Amino acid sequence: MSDWSKVRLHIVSGKGGTGKSTVASALALALAGKGKNVLLCEVEGRQGIARMFDVDPLPYVERRLTTGLPDEDGGRGVVHALHIDAESALLEYLSMYYRLGRAGKALDRFGVIEFATTIAPGVRDVLLTGKVYEAVERNSRNKGAITYDHVVLDAPPTGRICQFLNVSNELAGLAKVGPIKAQSDTMMTLFRSPRTAVHLVTVLEEMPVQETIDGIAELRANRLPVGGVIVNLARPQDLTADDLAAARTGSLDQARIEKDLAAGGLAVTPTLVEDLVAEAADHAERRALEDSQRELVAKLDVPSYELPRMAGGIDIGGLYELAAHLRAQGMA
Amino acid sequence: MARSSTQRQTRVGPATPPARRAGTLDVDALLDDPKTGIIVCCGSGGVGKTTTSAALALRAAERGRKVVVLTIDPARRLAQSMGIAELDNTPRPVTGVQGDGSLDAMMLDMKRTFDEVVISQASPEKAKQILANPFYIALSSSFAGTQEYMAMEKLGQLHRDSRAAGTYDLIVVDTPPSRSALDFLDSPERLSSFLDGKFVRLMMAPAKGPAKLMSAGFGLIVNAMTKILGAQFLKDLQTFVTALDTVFGGFRQRAQQTYSLLKADGTAFLVVAAPEPDALREAEYFVERLSEDGMPLAGLVINRASPEPTGALSADEAMTAAARLRQQDAGSLTAGLLRLHGDRVRMVQREGMLRDRFATAHPQVATVVVPALAGDVHDLDGLRTVGTLLAQG
Repeated sequence: MSDWSKVRLHIVSGKGGTGKSTVASALALALAGKGKNVLLCEVEGRQGIARMFDVDPLPYVERRLTTGLPDEDGGRGVVHALHIDAESALLEYLSMYYRLGRAGKALDRFGVIEFATTIAPGVRDVLLTGKVYEAVERNSRNKGAITYDHVVLDAPPTGRICQFLNVSNELAGLAKVGPIKAQSDTMMTLFRSPRTAVHLVTVLEEMPVQETIDGIAELRANRLPVGGVIVNLARPQDLTADDLAAARTGSLDQARIEKDLAAGGLAVTPTLVEDLVAEAADHAERRALEDSQRELVAKLDVPSYELPRMAGGIDIGGLYELAAHLRAQGMA
Repeated sequence: MARSSTQRQTRVGPATPPARRAGTLDVDALLDDPKTGIIVCCGSGGVGKTTTSAALALRAAERGRKVVVLTIDPARRLAQSMGIAELDNTPRPVTGVQGDGSLDAMMLDMKRTFDEVVISQASPEKAKQILANPFYIALSSSFAGTQEYMAMEKLGQLHRDSRAAGTYDLIVVDTPPSRSALDFLDSPERLSSFLDGKFVRLMMAPAKGPAKLMSAGFGLIVNAMTKILGAQFLKDLQTFVTALDTVFGGFRQRAQQTYSLLKADGTAFLVVAAPEPDALREAEYFVERLSEDGMPLAGLVINRASPEPTGALSADEAMTAAARLRQQDAGSLTAGLLRLHGDRVRMVQREGMLRDRFATAHPQVATVVVPALAGDVHDLDGLRTVGTLLAQG
């Protein structure tokens, strides 16, 4: 049973550089169990999904991306992808709601679309989140659209996430009445409901963890539902706590290591043991820092999940591996 | 055999072409050069841009220059240690700087900078009208390009002021972690192109000229927008745009000044990246964009490189031996050490390959690689260490 089985909309945020796009993709794979349809969306125009899954740049169309991580009995669902850009979202919105006829074309001709999507503050975010909302709730006017079991959003970073989701606030003072105002209020109802969870990705370093702590407080202050914290890029844990302590103080049993190395079939050179011990000391120091940050994450009072750092980088296979970690830890 | 043997050739088959690369970036030479008046650090988020800017500024100051560093969003503890925990848009002296130089630091207050521009350009009455407009309030605090524009505006101000008063001879600027590289480079021109936009000009027309400028098409738009956004939205927007029109010329002129300042010889751009595919791809955009616009690119800083393994043992050897030992003793300490070593070698190899590819594609870019520190940097000593690493290359 997943920790978030009631959640339809998974919003994945985090400090820049912590790997939120990777985590969002892995989460989508993990959620796509047998018979499930999952939509993975991106809104920042970076085409990160296409790059990660090695497909052509995504258009503003929901497109089948890949199959999910198989269940124990081999069943798997489907992951779809959508790249949302504000301009297309506005045009779709207009054609869905207003029969603008000539005015629709005129909007483009007079540069209003460009104006509204790149310059007018807040409007851009409302259009992007509006499409995400539509993908979750599905508008009856969008005929033949797939109903998704889960929508995963690769969202803007922690510093901007509340502003991004707090659409009615962004519009406040600009559009006090009118349909946009009413719709942004409806959107807020979904974003603030238990059917939404905002997950934060971090790495075990001081600044990202601090930003996560601040981010959670800010989300709560905005009454937005905090999901889990995903600790990404955790260092390998090949040494026991005792060995780590010994490595830090430089008291590892060098004679024993030398004997083991020979038993492992290696030619023991004079510096080999010293080199390994020096590397262990460096690793132990970093691990100690990680552990202190891990304690802070543990105190956060939200579920946390941990993903390993992959020495060879992330490829498609690696995404499935990360998805398996998330599923095994109960995130999906 | 026809081949002359003055140069003995033993190889058959293709080899890597000889590298003609710019090599290592000489950071100290850059910092010491009195002609270097501005250093702009750019790059994607999370690559240590702020730390790099602060470390460069401190190093330059301790090498005798009069430096001011303009940061965007420093980590709280780093900001505190530099005495700029408060956002007041004024450079404050950093205490604890050694040597003859000086270091001031300031954190950018986006809205305040914007307000100051408006106040300096418009009559008091107009300024008041603009500052109170809801559209202005939203624009000045959340407009996607405002931060970039304001960072450059503040840079221009600092440069003008320090030229006049001789306060600083080096300005180091940290840039916002732009979603895309283009945002930041476009921003000097962006606000003015916003005011130049077709739509904005139409918005201004009814207030300025005869009503005949309002074409039938525009009437349709106004109707459509009123339907969607409500009448108040358009009214506020119109007031705002009309009010801004008065300061329009000033905006434009300043943006262009800043743009040429960036292009001038005294400016040096440093692209900051991490040895990760995404960060290097962003770095590539920057490098290409900077060269396209003829901006003076000084080099690339690759932060957070994995530390080189000390031993010469290969990853495969280490992993094989580790697996063998694990079979006998699952908790073997030596197996753990070997796995760590193998892991490290693989990371370093991958990063080395990424860097090599970047260098092959952009051989003209001088590069400096900074190894990852075990802990975060939050005091001057930490910045000094980073500075030393930057200078060592």
